[in-house]
Amino acid sequence: MSSFRWRTIAWFAWYRGQSGQWAQLLHRITGLGIVFFLGLHILDTSLVGFGPSVYNTVTAIYHNFVVRLLEVVLVGLVIYHALNGLRVTVIDLWDEGALYQAQMWGVVILLFLVLFLPSAFLMLAPYFR
Amino acid sequence: MKVELSIKRFDPDQDEASHTEVYGVEIEPTDRVLDALNQVKWYQDGTLTYRRSCAHGICGSDAMRINGLNRLACKTLIKELGSKISIEPLLGFTVIKDLMVDFDHFFDLYKSVKPYLINYDPTPAKERLQSPEQREAFDDTTKCILCAACTTSCPPFWSDPNFVGPAALVNAHRFIFDSRDQGGAERLEILNGREGVWRCRTVFNCTQACPRDIKITKAIEQIKRLVLFNRV
Repeated sequence: MSSFRWRTIAWFAWYRGQSGQWAQLLHRITGLGIVFFLGLHILDTSLVGFGPSVYNTVTAIYHNFVVRLLEVVLVGLVIYHALNGLRVTVIDLWDEGALYQAQMWGVVILLFLVLFLPSAFLMLAPYFR
Repeated sequence: MKVELSIKRFDPDQDEASHTEVYGVEIEPTDRVLDALNQVKWYQDGTLTYRRSCAHGICGSDAMRINGLNRLACKTLIKELGSKISIEPLLGFTVIKDLMVDFDHFFDLYKSVKPYLINYDPTPAKERLQSPEQREAFDDTTKCILCAACTTSCPPFWSDPNFVGPAALVNAHRFIFDSRDQGGAERLEILNGREGVWRCRTVFNCTQACPRDIKITKAIEQIKRLVLFNRV
Protein backbone atom coordinates (compact mmCIF):
# COMPACT_ATOMS: atom_id res chain seq x y z
CA MET A 1 0.00 0.00 0.00
CA SER A 2 2.78 2.43 0.86
CA SER A 3 4.24 2.09 -2.65
CA PHE A 4 0.87 3.20 -3.97
CA ARG A 5 1.05 6.34 -1.82
CA TRP A 6 4.48 7.29 -3.14
CA ARG A 7 3.34 6.59 -6.69
CA THR A 8 0.36 8.89 -6.15
CA ILE A 9 2.65 11.73 -5.11
CA ALA A 10 4.76 11.23 -8.23
CA TRP A 11 1.69 11.11 -10.44
CA PHE A 12 0.45 14.36 -8.95
CA ALA A 13 3.51 15.95 -10.51
CA TRP A 14 3.18 14.11 -13.83
CA TYR A 15 -0.53 14.57 -14.41
CA ARG A 16 -1.36 18.03 -15.72
CA GLY A 17 -4.44 18.64 -13.62
CA GLN A 18 -5.65 22.20 -13.16
CA SER A 19 -6.83 24.28 -10.20
CA GLY A 20 -8.73 21.52 -8.36
CA GLN A 21 -5.69 19.23 -8.26
CA TRP A 22 -3.40 21.90 -6.81
CA ALA A 23 -6.07 23.14 -4.40
CA GLN A 24 -6.42 19.60 -3.05
CA LEU A 25 -2.67 18.95 -2.89
CA LEU A 26 -2.13 22.20 -0.94
CA HIS A 27 -5.07 21.30 1.30
CA ARG A 28 -3.43 17.97 2.14
CA ILE A 29 0.03 19.49 2.69
CA THR A 30 -1.32 22.31 4.90
CA GLY A 31 -3.40 19.78 6.85
CA LEU A 32 -0.33 17.64 7.53
CA GLY A 33 1.65 20.76 8.48
CA ILE A 34 -1.01 21.77 11.01
CA VAL A 35 -0.98 18.25 12.50
CA PHE A 36 2.81 18.53 12.84
CA PHE A 37 2.58 21.86 14.69
CA LEU A 38 -0.26 20.55 16.84
CA GLY A 39 1.92 17.60 17.86
CA LEU A 40 4.72 20.00 18.69
CA HIS A 41 2.34 22.12 20.76
CA ILE A 42 1.05 19.10 22.72
CA LEU A 43 4.66 18.10 23.35
CA ASP A 44 5.75 21.52 24.69
CA THR A 45 2.63 21.92 26.82
CA SER A 46 3.14 18.47 28.35
CA LEU A 47 6.57 19.64 29.60
CA VAL A 48 4.75 21.63 32.28
CA GLY A 49 4.43 18.29 34.07
CA PHE A 50 8.22 18.35 34.63
CA GLY A 51 8.04 21.64 36.51
CA PRO A 52 8.09 25.33 35.59
CA SER A 53 11.83 25.58 34.93
CA VAL A 54 11.80 22.86 32.25
CA TYR A 55 8.71 24.38 30.65
CA ASN A 56 10.07 27.93 30.71
CA THR A 57 13.45 26.89 29.31
CA VAL A 58 11.92 25.03 26.39
CA THR A 59 9.23 27.59 25.55
CA ALA A 60 11.89 30.33 25.56
CA ILE A 61 12.82 28.87 22.15
CA TYR A 62 9.65 30.48 20.81
CA HIS A 63 11.27 33.90 21.08
CA ASN A 64 13.90 32.81 18.58
CA PHE A 65 13.59 34.42 15.14
CA VAL A 66 13.74 31.10 13.25
CA VAL A 67 10.92 29.71 15.39
CA ARG A 68 8.93 32.90 14.74
CA LEU A 69 9.39 32.24 11.01
CA LEU A 70 7.94 28.76 11.57
CA GLU A 71 4.99 30.37 13.37
CA VAL A 72 4.43 32.60 10.35
CA VAL A 73 4.37 29.42 8.23
CA LEU A 74 1.85 27.93 10.68
CA VAL A 75 -0.42 30.96 10.29
CA GLY A 76 -0.21 30.53 6.51
CA LEU A 77 -1.08 26.84 6.80
CA VAL A 78 -4.10 27.54 8.99
CA ILE A 79 -5.40 30.39 6.78
CA TYR A 80 -5.16 28.37 3.55
CA HIS A 81 -6.58 25.20 5.10
CA ALA A 82 -9.51 27.09 6.62
CA LEU A 83 -10.36 29.05 3.47
CA ASN A 84 -10.08 26.04 1.17
CA GLY A 85 -12.09 24.03 3.69
CA LEU A 86 -14.88 26.56 3.27
CA ARG A 87 -14.55 26.20 -0.53
CA VAL A 88 -14.89 22.41 -0.26
CA THR A 89 -17.87 22.84 2.07
CA VAL A 90 -19.61 25.09 -0.46
CA ILE A 91 -18.88 22.53 -3.22
CA ASP A 92 -20.35 19.81 -1.00
CA LEU A 93 -23.50 21.63 0.05
CA TRP A 94 -24.45 23.90 -2.87
CA ASP A 95 -25.65 22.15 -6.01
CA GLU A 96 -23.99 24.69 -8.32
CA GLY A 97 -20.80 24.80 -6.22
CA ALA A 98 -18.94 22.27 -8.37
CA LEU A 99 -19.40 24.50 -11.41
CA TYR A 100 -17.59 27.42 -9.77
CA GLN A 101 -14.74 25.59 -8.03
CA ALA A 102 -11.99 27.30 -10.05
CA GLN A 103 -13.37 30.79 -9.40
CA MET A 104 -13.76 29.94 -5.72
CA TRP A 105 -10.13 28.81 -5.59
CA GLY A 106 -9.17 32.19 -7.04
CA VAL A 107 -11.08 33.84 -4.19
CA VAL A 108 -9.33 31.52 -1.70
CA ILE A 109 -5.90 32.59 -3.00
CA LEU A 110 -6.89 36.26 -2.93
CA LEU A 111 -8.26 36.09 0.62
CA PHE A 112 -5.21 34.09 1.67
CA LEU A 113 -2.92 36.90 0.52
CA VAL A 114 -5.13 39.58 2.12
CA LEU A 115 -5.08 37.77 5.48
CA PHE A 116 -1.59 36.26 5.44
CA LEU A 117 0.61 39.14 4.31
CA PRO A 118 -0.48 41.62 7.04
CA SER A 119 -0.32 38.81 9.64
CA ALA A 120 3.22 37.93 8.59
CA PHE A 121 4.19 41.61 8.67
CA LEU A 122 2.79 42.11 12.17
CA MET A 123 4.50 38.95 13.44
CA LEU A 124 7.91 39.75 11.99
CA ALA A 125 8.03 43.57 12.35
CA PRO A 126 9.20 43.54 16.03
CA TYR A 127 12.39 41.74 14.97
CA PHE A 128 13.36 44.54 12.58
CA ARG A 129 12.83 47.48 14.91
CA MET B 1 3.10 20.63 -40.28
CA LYS B 2 5.95 18.58 -38.85
CA VAL B 3 5.11 17.03 -35.50
CA GLU B 4 7.36 15.17 -33.05
CA LEU B 5 5.53 12.40 -31.21
CA SER B 6 7.15 11.07 -28.02
CA ILE B 7 5.37 7.81 -27.34
CA LYS B 8 5.84 5.78 -24.16
CA ARG B 9 6.38 2.18 -25.23
CA PHE B 10 6.44 -1.10 -23.36
CA ASP B 11 6.64 -4.62 -24.74
CA PRO B 12 6.20 -7.18 -21.93
CA ASP B 13 8.10 -9.82 -23.98
CA GLN B 14 11.22 -7.66 -24.36
CA ASP B 15 11.23 -4.75 -21.91
CA GLU B 16 11.69 -4.66 -18.17
CA ALA B 17 10.58 -1.03 -18.00
CA SER B 18 8.84 1.35 -20.34
CA HIS B 19 10.83 3.73 -22.55
CA THR B 20 10.04 6.65 -24.83
CA GLU B 21 10.44 6.56 -28.60
CA VAL B 22 10.27 9.65 -30.78
CA TYR B 23 8.65 9.66 -34.23
CA GLY B 24 8.42 12.54 -36.71
CA VAL B 25 5.23 12.77 -38.78
CA GLU B 26 4.03 15.24 -41.41
CA ILE B 27 0.41 16.06 -40.64
CA GLU B 28 -2.27 18.76 -40.96
CA PRO B 29 -2.99 20.93 -37.88
CA THR B 30 -6.65 19.98 -38.23
CA ASP B 31 -5.84 16.26 -38.05
CA ARG B 32 -6.27 14.38 -34.81
CA VAL B 33 -3.74 12.67 -32.57
CA LEU B 34 -5.22 9.34 -33.70
CA ASP B 35 -4.29 10.22 -37.31
CA ALA B 36 -0.71 10.84 -36.17
CA LEU B 37 -0.64 7.48 -34.35
CA ASN B 38 -2.04 5.77 -37.44
CA GLN B 39 0.71 7.34 -39.56
CA VAL B 40 3.33 5.93 -37.22
CA LYS B 41 1.74 2.47 -37.13
CA TRP B 42 0.95 2.22 -40.84
CA TYR B 43 4.11 3.73 -42.32
CA GLN B 44 6.89 3.70 -39.69
CA ASP B 45 6.53 1.08 -36.98
CA GLY B 46 3.84 -1.58 -37.22
CA THR B 47 4.61 -2.85 -33.71
CA LEU B 48 3.09 0.25 -32.06
CA THR B 49 0.02 -0.91 -30.13
CA TYR B 50 -3.04 1.13 -29.17
CA ARG B 51 -6.81 0.68 -29.14
CA ARG B 52 -9.16 2.50 -31.46
CA SER B 53 -12.50 1.51 -32.86
CA CYS B 54 -15.07 4.07 -34.01
CA ALA B 55 -12.50 6.89 -34.21
CA HIS B 56 -15.28 9.43 -33.67
CA GLY B 57 -15.33 9.95 -29.91
CA ILE B 58 -18.14 7.59 -29.04
CA CYS B 59 -16.69 4.10 -28.44
CA GLY B 60 -14.28 5.21 -25.71
CA SER B 61 -11.39 3.02 -26.89
CA ASP B 62 -8.56 5.48 -27.36
CA ALA B 63 -8.32 7.40 -24.09
CA MET B 64 -4.66 8.10 -23.34
CA ARG B 65 -2.49 10.69 -21.66
CA ILE B 66 -1.69 13.32 -24.29
CA ASN B 67 0.68 16.11 -23.21
CA GLY B 68 0.11 15.05 -19.61
CA LEU B 69 -3.69 15.12 -19.71
CA ASN B 70 -6.20 12.32 -20.27
CA ARG B 71 -7.99 12.78 -23.61
CA LEU B 72 -9.37 10.78 -26.52
CA ALA B 73 -6.84 10.56 -29.34
CA CYS B 74 -9.70 10.73 -31.87
CA LYS B 75 -11.10 13.99 -30.46
CA THR B 76 -7.88 15.90 -29.85
CA LEU B 77 -6.65 18.07 -32.73
CA ILE B 78 -2.95 18.52 -33.43
CA LYS B 79 -3.34 22.32 -33.48
CA GLU B 80 -4.45 22.23 -29.82
CA LEU B 81 -1.13 20.67 -28.83
CA GLY B 82 1.69 22.22 -30.85
CA SER B 83 4.55 20.49 -32.63
CA LYS B 84 5.83 18.41 -29.70
CA ILE B 85 3.35 15.86 -28.40
CA SER B 86 3.85 13.30 -25.65
CA ILE B 87 1.61 10.26 -25.60
CA GLU B 88 1.47 7.88 -22.65
CA PRO B 89 -0.89 5.14 -21.46
CA LEU B 90 -3.54 5.89 -18.82
CA LEU B 91 -2.25 5.95 -15.23
CA GLY B 92 -3.38 3.41 -12.68
CA PHE B 93 -4.03 0.43 -14.97
CA THR B 94 -1.63 -2.38 -15.90
CA VAL B 95 -0.05 -1.73 -19.28
CA ILE B 96 -0.55 -4.68 -21.63
CA LYS B 97 1.55 -3.23 -24.45
CA ASP B 98 2.51 0.35 -25.38
CA LEU B 99 -0.66 2.46 -25.05
CA MET B 100 -3.00 -0.50 -24.45
CA VAL B 101 -4.00 -0.97 -20.79
CA ASP B 102 -5.96 -3.68 -18.98
CA PHE B 103 -9.58 -2.54 -18.45
CA ASP B 104 -10.77 -5.65 -16.54
CA HIS B 105 -10.55 -4.03 -13.11
CA PHE B 106 -12.24 -0.89 -14.41
CA PHE B 107 -15.23 -2.88 -15.65
CA ASP B 108 -15.39 -4.83 -12.36
CA LEU B 109 -15.68 -1.50 -10.51
CA TYR B 110 -18.30 -0.35 -13.02
CA LYS B 111 -20.37 -3.51 -12.52
CA SER B 112 -20.15 -3.22 -8.73
CA VAL B 113 -22.56 -0.24 -8.69
CA LYS B 114 -25.30 -2.15 -10.60
CA PRO B 115 -25.32 0.06 -13.70
CA TYR B 116 -28.61 -1.23 -15.10
CA LEU B 117 -32.31 -0.56 -14.60
CA ILE B 118 -33.73 -2.17 -11.46
CA ASN B 119 -37.52 -2.19 -11.33
CA TYR B 120 -39.52 -4.72 -9.32
CA ASP B 121 -42.92 -3.87 -10.81
CA PRO B 122 -44.46 -6.21 -13.38
CA THR B 123 -43.16 -5.39 -16.85
CA PRO B 124 -45.59 -2.88 -18.34
CA ALA B 125 -47.12 -3.39 -21.80
CA LYS B 126 -45.97 0.07 -22.90
CA GLU B 127 -43.00 2.36 -22.11
CA ARG B 128 -42.44 3.63 -18.57
CA LEU B 129 -43.28 7.29 -19.04
CA GLN B 130 -41.21 10.17 -17.68
CA SER B 131 -41.69 13.94 -17.62
CA PRO B 132 -39.01 16.13 -19.29
CA GLU B 133 -37.97 17.30 -15.79
CA GLN B 134 -37.52 13.69 -14.60
CA ARG B 135 -35.42 12.95 -17.68
CA GLU B 136 -33.36 16.10 -17.16
CA ALA B 137 -32.31 14.94 -13.66
CA PHE B 138 -29.89 12.36 -15.09
CA ASP B 139 -29.42 13.65 -18.64
CA ASP B 140 -25.77 14.62 -18.19
CA THR B 141 -24.65 11.24 -16.87
CA THR B 142 -26.22 9.30 -19.78
CA LYS B 143 -23.40 10.60 -21.96
CA CYS B 144 -20.65 8.40 -20.44
CA ILE B 145 -18.74 6.25 -22.96
CA LEU B 146 -16.65 4.35 -20.36
CA CYS B 147 -13.32 5.51 -21.75
CA ALA B 148 -11.81 5.66 -18.21
CA ALA B 149 -10.25 9.10 -18.79
CA CYS B 150 -11.90 10.26 -15.55
CA THR B 151 -11.09 7.32 -13.29
CA THR B 152 -7.42 7.25 -14.33
CA SER B 153 -7.04 11.00 -13.70
CA CYS B 154 -8.36 10.67 -10.13
CA PRO B 155 -5.68 10.89 -7.35
CA PRO B 156 -7.82 8.98 -4.81
CA PHE B 157 -8.07 6.16 -7.39
CA TRP B 158 -4.30 6.25 -7.94
CA SER B 159 -3.72 5.64 -4.23
CA ASP B 160 -6.64 3.24 -3.73
CA PRO B 161 -7.40 1.09 -6.77
CA ASN B 162 -10.45 -0.37 -5.00
CA PHE B 163 -12.17 3.04 -4.95
CA VAL B 164 -15.07 2.65 -7.42
CA GLY B 165 -13.90 5.80 -9.19
CA PRO B 166 -15.64 8.61 -11.08
CA ALA B 167 -16.84 6.50 -14.04
CA ALA B 168 -18.69 4.01 -11.84
CA LEU B 169 -20.17 6.90 -9.81
CA VAL B 170 -21.37 8.62 -12.99
CA ASN B 171 -23.09 5.41 -14.09
CA ALA B 172 -24.60 4.89 -10.64
CA HIS B 173 -25.93 8.47 -10.81
CA ARG B 174 -27.49 7.73 -14.18
CA PHE B 175 -29.78 5.11 -12.59
CA ILE B 176 -30.16 6.49 -9.04
CA PHE B 177 -31.72 9.68 -10.43
CA ASP B 178 -33.86 7.87 -13.02
CA SER B 179 -37.52 8.00 -11.89
CA ARG B 180 -38.16 4.56 -13.47
CA ASP B 181 -35.47 2.89 -11.37
CA GLN B 182 -36.12 1.32 -7.95
CA GLY B 183 -32.56 0.25 -7.06
CA GLY B 184 -31.41 3.59 -5.65
CA ALA B 185 -31.31 2.44 -2.03
CA GLU B 186 -29.19 -0.65 -2.74
CA ARG B 187 -26.78 1.39 -4.86
CA LEU B 188 -26.50 4.10 -2.19
CA GLU B 189 -25.67 1.43 0.37
CA ILE B 190 -22.74 0.32 -1.80
CA LEU B 191 -21.66 3.92 -2.43
CA ASN B 192 -21.88 4.83 1.27
CA GLY B 193 -19.25 2.14 1.97
CA ARG B 194 -15.52 2.42 2.44
CA GLU B 195 -14.68 2.42 -1.28
CA GLY B 196 -17.69 4.46 -2.33
CA VAL B 197 -18.54 8.07 -2.88
CA TRP B 198 -16.68 9.45 0.18
CA ARG B 199 -13.31 8.65 -1.37
CA CYS B 200 -13.96 11.57 -3.73
CA ARG B 201 -11.86 14.54 -2.57
CA THR B 202 -13.29 17.02 -5.12
CA VAL B 203 -10.06 17.21 -7.10
CA PHE B 204 -12.00 17.88 -10.36
CA ASN B 205 -9.42 16.11 -12.57
CA CYS B 206 -12.27 13.85 -13.73
CA THR B 207 -14.45 16.77 -14.82
CA GLN B 208 -11.50 18.30 -16.62
CA ALA B 209 -10.61 15.04 -18.40
CA CYS B 210 -14.08 13.92 -19.51
CA PRO B 211 -14.22 14.00 -23.33
CA ARG B 212 -18.02 14.11 -23.13
CA ASP B 213 -18.01 17.20 -20.88
CA ILE B 214 -19.98 15.46 -18.15
CA LYS B 215 -20.03 17.52 -14.95
CA ILE B 216 -18.69 14.51 -13.06
CA THR B 217 -17.86 16.11 -9.72
CA LYS B 218 -21.27 17.79 -9.69
CA ALA B 219 -22.92 14.39 -10.18
CA ILE B 220 -20.77 12.83 -7.43
CA GLU B 221 -21.70 15.69 -5.08
CA GLN B 222 -25.39 15.04 -5.82
CA ILE B 223 -24.91 11.42 -4.74
CA LYS B 224 -23.13 12.57 -1.56
CA ARG B 225 -26.00 14.91 -0.68
CA LEU B 226 -28.54 12.19 -1.40
CA VAL B 227 -26.73 9.87 1.04
CA LEU B 228 -26.39 12.61 3.68
CA PHE B 229 -29.65 14.52 3.54
CA ASN B 230 -31.85 12.51 1.19
CA ARG B 231 -31.86 15.55 -1.07
CA VAL B 232 -30.03 16.63 -4.23
